[in-house]
Amino acid sequence: MTISSTAEKVWWKEPLERTELIWIVIALIWCLIMFFMMPYWHIYGQQNLANEAYRAKPEDFAAKTEEMIAKYKVREEGGDLKVPVVRPPAGSDVYMIARLWSWYPMLELESGKSYRIHLMSMDWLHGFSLQPENINIQVHPGYEHVLTVTPTNPGTYAIICNEYCGINHHTMASRLYVVKGGQ
Amino acid sequence: MAVNRMFRTCPSSGLMFHEPAEKLMRWNAVAAVVSLLIGGILAIGVVLTRWQAVHILPPDMFYQVLTAHGLNMLVFWIIFFEIAVLYFASSTLLKSRLATPRLAWAGFWLMVIGAVVNNYAVFRGDSSVMFTSYAPMGAHPTFYLGLILFAVGALVACFVFFGTLVVARAERTYRNSVPLVTFGAITAAIIAVFTIAAGAIILIPTFLWSVGLVEHIDSLMYRTIWWAFGHSSQQINVSAHVAVWYAIAAIVFGAKPMSEKVSRTAFLLYIFFLQLASAHHLLADPGLTSNWKIFNTSYAMYLAVLASMVHGLTVPGAIEVAQRKKGYVNGLFEWLRKAPWGNPSFSAMFISLIGFGFLGGISGVMMGTEQLNLIIHNTIYVPGHFHATVVVGTTLAFMGLTYFLIPVLFRREIAFPTMAKWQPYVFGLGMSAVSLFLMGAGTLGVPRRHWDMGFAGNPFPYEFPGAAWLMMGIAGVTGVVAIVGGGMYLLITVWSVFLGRKIVTPGFQHVRAKDNVAKAAPAVAPAGGAAVLTGHGSGGMIAPGTFVLALVFLTSFVLYYFINWKYLSTVWPLK
Repeated sequence: MTISSTAEKVWWKEPLERTELIWIVIALIWCLIMFFMMPYWHIYGQQNLANEAYRAKPEDFAAKTEEMIAKYKVREEGGDLKVPVVRPPAGSDVYMIARLWSWYPMLELESGKSYRIHLMSMDWLHGFSLQPENINIQVHPGYEHVLTVTPTNPGTYAIICNEYCGINHHTMASRLYVVKGGQ
Repeated sequence: MAVNRMFRTCPSSGLMFHEPAEKLMRWNAVAAVVSLLIGGILAIGVVLTRWQAVHILPPDMFYQVLTAHGLNMLVFWIIFFEIAVLYFASSTLLKSRLATPRLAWAGFWLMVIGAVVNNYAVFRGDSSVMFTSYAPMGAHPTFYLGLILFAVGALVACFVFFGTLVVARAERTYRNSVPLVTFGAITAAIIAVFTIAAGAIILIPTFLWSVGLVEHIDSLMYRTIWWAFGHSSQQINVSAHVAVWYAIAAIVFGAKPMSEKVSRTAFLLYIFFLQLASAHHLLADPGLTSNWKIFNTSYAMYLAVLASMVHGLTVPGAIEVAQRKKGYVNGLFEWLRKAPWGNPSFSAMFISLIGFGFLGGISGVMMGTEQLNLIIHNTIYVPGHFHATVVVGTTLAFMGLTYFLIPVLFRREIAFPTMAKWQPYVFGLGMSAVSLFLMGAGTLGVPRRHWDMGFAGNPFPYEFPGAAWLMMGIAGVTGVVAIVGGGMYLLITVWSVFLGRKIVTPGFQHVRAKDNVAKAAPAVAPAGGAAVLTGHGSGGMIAPGTFVLALVFLTSFVLYYFINWKYLSTVWPLK
């Protein structure tokens, strides 16, 4: 039976057939193009993850967050929940806590301005998912991840959690406001 | 202890089965199908909950069912079946006795115990941690213990496989180099060994952590090492199902690879480059540099992707050559049109090949590209991708092989032959649609592993676009179709094996093979076929039709790749 027929002892010296040879060359070139696209985008593209991250203690991160909220809080939302909404100045360091099961605080940013957003979890893994932009980033406990983002269009965005984090995972959602820059 | 050297020759296939090996293959196959049955029942709960119009399960049960579904399908069904394939590819294809059958049984029972213990942990209700069980979310200790026992059993089976290769060589049961299918199985087994090693490195400390002996498990370390286990285990599947594709091509068409060199080298590339690929699960994680991510995810210039693209050409290419030799030489595609589309082994294999390549392969490269991952990570695009690779790819290929194994291994006729004819289409096309629509919904941001995309009870709900709801609904409907297809497979398999008509062979007996006698026919004529076959092709190619199909594949790949970059360029600048 063909299935159990053996190969020549020295199978690596067989001649190459043309169909296969041409395909291998094409596939290899395509793989090289895909490889070079990633460094290319780091140089010329706008959407790249930073390599900036620090080990941090949850209590220190929470303290920095509270400090920022005290400085820049503009209002509260969510009725009894009293979720603070913070409007930090452009270019500043902005802290956001992920925890079971909320994002804290809520941010109000200006379009066209850049912000250094620090993300960290207080407990388990969470997934920062900005909708409808569909930017998705893993959030770890103990690792402070710094991203420089520049919101483009004004509007109300949502941040949902897309890393499974227990029974109320589906209730972990918040808002992010973008207002017109330069007002 | 006397060595059992009893063999039987299968009258319909001519294959030689070693008595203990045959029994082990049967039991592993049965354990696989039982796992598939459990996982399939759980799939109903998953599908009918994520289909929001139905939404039958409460959240706690949904996460529990989803965890058990993942484990039974991805781990227990597939690995039990792979062990059967390993024994088939070593003992049967090499006409050799299986090394140390007793150890093989010990491995089998360890795997069974491990699977039962792990399922017990999940059904307790305090281990709904998903297949990935990311620390610091903790499960009951028996959750990790079950997985560890299962992995040790699988490792024992791998070494029985390697031992059988040694026995076959020492007892000279074959000449020259092992058959290609065996070569692919060796690839799978080698990958399995370092996969299980990575699993041990992370699961053993996590188990100790769950019983309080280790204080802290770092979440990034966990994800990094866990994926060296979790992703590589999918590469065992890829190697195994590519080997099964070659096997079915050989069984149905008598097809031989166009060149052994190309196919074998492609398998070798898997061994060298797949392990690094696990880094693509960490592209959106902090604490790892872009250099690390790019080097590892490009699998050192995508050499593993290259290997899959090569297999994608050589498997249908081998079929085309075999068909052209039989006289189907008209045009580019007569060989394909005249293929036995009513033979479930073939149709399953071919849908598996196309689905794995077009849906699973292309989407996998998207997710594995550092920047593109940002718009895909943890969305339901990911389950869409792996239902194309591991379900349409691996599971369907294994289903195709089952239709061959039931008569030769279990000596029963296939029950419900008409249903069997349709089964690969119902299951394969249903599951392909699931994959496609989940990917579509993922592109619109729908999260994976999520009970309620309507965010009920949340003060700040997000309203997904209508298209996302529609696609999740269609994925639900087609998911039900796929479950029906899976049910057909289970019905046919179980009925055939236990109640099917026996294939009686007059004068059947196991024959004792003496040490050197197991070798059957002398080696086949040297494979100098390539030059002779050229006459059947066109344009100087022996497989022009396959080449055209490959170009269609490449075109879709390139287009979709750049569409994703275009989409990425529209989201918020980020650095």
